[in-house]
Amino acid sequence: MSRKPFYLVVACLMLIGIGLSIHRHIQYEVPFTPGEQRAVWEVEAQVRLEATGGPVIVELAVPTNQEGYRLLGEHTASSGYGLNFVETADSRVARWSIRNAQGSQHLYYSARFLVAPNEARADIPPPELRRDRLWQSPFDTAAEAVLARAYQRSADPYTLASELIRELTGATQGENARLLLTQYALPDLVERLLAQAEVPARQVSGLMLEDGRRRQSLGTWLQVYKGDEWTVFDPATGRQGRPDRLLLWHAGNAPVLQVEGGRQSNVSFAMIRQMQSATESESLRPADASLLGLSIHSLPLEEQSLFRTILLIPIGALIVVMLRILVGIKTSGTFMPVLIALAFIQTTLLTGLIGFLLVVATGLVIRNYLSHLNLLLVARVSAVIITVIGIISIFSVVSYRFGLNAGLTITFFPMIILSWTIERMSILWEEEGPREVLVQGGGSLLTAVLAYLAMTNPWIRHITFNFLGVQFILMGLILLLGNYTGYRLLELRRFKPMVRR
Amino acid sequence: MWARPSELRSRHVIGMNRRNICYIARYNDRSLFPLVDDKLKTKLLAHEHGVTSPGLIGTVTSQFEVRQVAAMVRDHPAFVIKPAKGSGGKGILVIESHADGAYRKPSGAMLGIADLERDVSNILSGLYSLAGSPDVAMIESMIRFDDRFADYTYEGVPDIRVIVFRGYPVMAMIRLSTAASDGKANLHQGAVGVGLDIATGRALYAVQFDRPVDLHPDTGRSLIDLEIPDWQGLLRLASACYEMTGLGYIGADLVIDKYHGPMLLELNARPGLAIQMANGEGLGGRLERIEREPVGADVDTRVDFAMAHFGRM
Repeated sequence: MSRKPFYLVVACLMLIGIGLSIHRHIQYEVPFTPGEQRAVWEVEAQVRLEATGGPVIVELAVPTNQEGYRLLGEHTASSGYGLNFVETADSRVARWSIRNAQGSQHLYYSARFLVAPNEARADIPPPELRRDRLWQSPFDTAAEAVLARAYQRSADPYTLASELIRELTGATQGENARLLLTQYALPDLVERLLAQAEVPARQVSGLMLEDGRRRQSLGTWLQVYKGDEWTVFDPATGRQGRPDRLLLWHAGNAPVLQVEGGRQSNVSFAMIRQMQSATESESLRPADASLLGLSIHSLPLEEQSLFRTILLIPIGALIVVMLRILVGIKTSGTFMPVLIALAFIQTTLLTGLIGFLLVVATGLVIRNYLSHLNLLLVARVSAVIITVIGIISIFSVVSYRFGLNAGLTITFFPMIILSWTIERMSILWEEEGPREVLVQGGGSLLTAVLAYLAMTNPWIRHITFNFLGVQFILMGLILLLGNYTGYRLLELRRFKPMVRR
Repeated sequence: MWARPSELRSRHVIGMNRRNICYIARYNDRSLFPLVDDKLKTKLLAHEHGVTSPGLIGTVTSQFEVRQVAAMVRDHPAFVIKPAKGSGGKGILVIESHADGAYRKPSGAMLGIADLERDVSNILSGLYSLAGSPDVAMIESMIRFDDRFADYTYEGVPDIRVIVFRGYPVMAMIRLSTAASDGKANLHQGAVGVGLDIATGRALYAVQFDRPVDLHPDTGRSLIDLEIPDWQGLLRLASACYEMTGLGYIGADLVIDKYHGPMLLELNARPGLAIQMANGEGLGGRLERIEREPVGADVDTRVDFAMAHFGRM
């Protein structure tokens, strides 16, 4: 049986891959190494609405230069709509308009922000103090009591704001605070109380930037003035100061999104962090990528951030293939480690490892009980799936209670895969004993950690995302490995006794 | 700690990758796998081809037949109930003798007919089959193993694994259960593997947990004295499994019955590599030798060829 055609195919794949990569390197000046990098956040807002069949006007507040971020450029996509940017005293608005629209409408706005620690703080004038808002009884006395307590314990507007938030949310939350919160939303309430104490403050909308997130919404922060200076507070935690990853989206009094002529409108955000080499010219924009350039940078942001992960999966697969064929490590479920590694990317390594062990260990204990019930396989695995969901929910709630926000990322674990892992490990335990469970479980985790390390390596991320040709090379490598008939590393140990004699 | 690849190569040791690509993928047609994965199919096929295997008392294929189990075994003093697609000995129930609805296991424990029916019912519902798919329960006559092996095994029946490549018996070992293996004959669970000389059926070398042993760890019997009776007959039986299944690379598991001689227990289309350790020799050399032989030789020719070429004594 001739292997020539096989090697020809592999050689072709390799050549195509290398050729495409070199073409992209020369034609588009994409560097092979990440080089000196600066982070650029690309944030995309997607407005959805149901047009009612007449003229439609959509106004979306948009961000500007601010402390920590410099606006590099912005881009909109909205077929058939006219577009204006309108600047008012305290905000900037993108206004789309159309004479006649019917049915589901999608409008896109995207902005690119350079992470610029030296960028000056935006000079936003303080809001006018509104004294016209009155408290209704019995909220007036409650408000007065809360304010008086916080005022006593504070020295200036900032400490007053902190104290107010503590009064309203902390362990000391009193009867009055609870009463007020039945009527007013927390940020609203703090703003009102500050106004009552003659401290100018307003609610601002901001976006916490996290790489690869989709369908995010804006959060509310409080902007509190002290003379001409201001700072922001997180109304939920009372944390003072701007978090590094907070992009202030909109600071005016008007709502972020206003729609005329449409129903069920909403706006959601997707974001992605790109490392851009310092020398990369601004003209090298994704829009001019041709088919031969094979760039996925021309896709919408939401799909791009999906692809960033998808394109890493072959790297994980390659790691699995190498560890199984060249080393001979046993794993539970062939590609389960890759999926676990993908979850680790979201949860970070340590949290992920702890979470994985907790879920699987608890799952094994419960599965052990299920095995006494003599259930059929499908029913048993389904029961394990529900159990896993239960475990994950409980861990999330408990860790959140204890203030461990990292615990919430446990929901990124693929639950069906975890259930099958538990099922397989449990059968393994019954048939082969706990040793084999440790061997295969350890093998799976080792594989997952190695895949995670490879998939988070900045150079590998840069290469897979920017050079699609690399996928052909990976394909060729995996085909070659599938043809390997030599010894596995661990077999050299297994068969050692045969040599000793 | 680690062997050099060149050392292993010089001893013709083959690894998993080589076994998978060069032998299993090349000589075992996937469509034939079900013949060996289902023990009932193997058994019926063996019967057709005149390959001896433990007598089939009956099969139970649906839940409403479960009640007939007692009637089926009435005239059979000793029998075994096993799932057709089971693995690792799960769901197997051995009954040594019975009288008046009381069934005695080899361990001495007594069971009632309800216990038997429950086992059969569990087998049918797929509790012991690999993917949990519905299964068939087989009831077979119990094997009375040769008394000559009594000192070599702890509980379970010793079984003989022969690697059959293109119909030629290539390498053989006998697997002896131990207390460590809990009466099971799986090497990785602690059973002793004794390599057998293809020419004579005499013990060559023995390993437990991949390390050499001289005595059976539980009975203290010297393993090197072990010799299989009717060796040529056993090799012919194993060799005939090639025509029977059409699979080019199989592991045939055989047992020796006191009254009926060698019998085929089951076949494996993905036999393990531990047999190399038990023989202290790699499979590679012998497999390559067989690949140079023309196709079409009959059973006797193949067995004679193997006994002439692969003897070590």
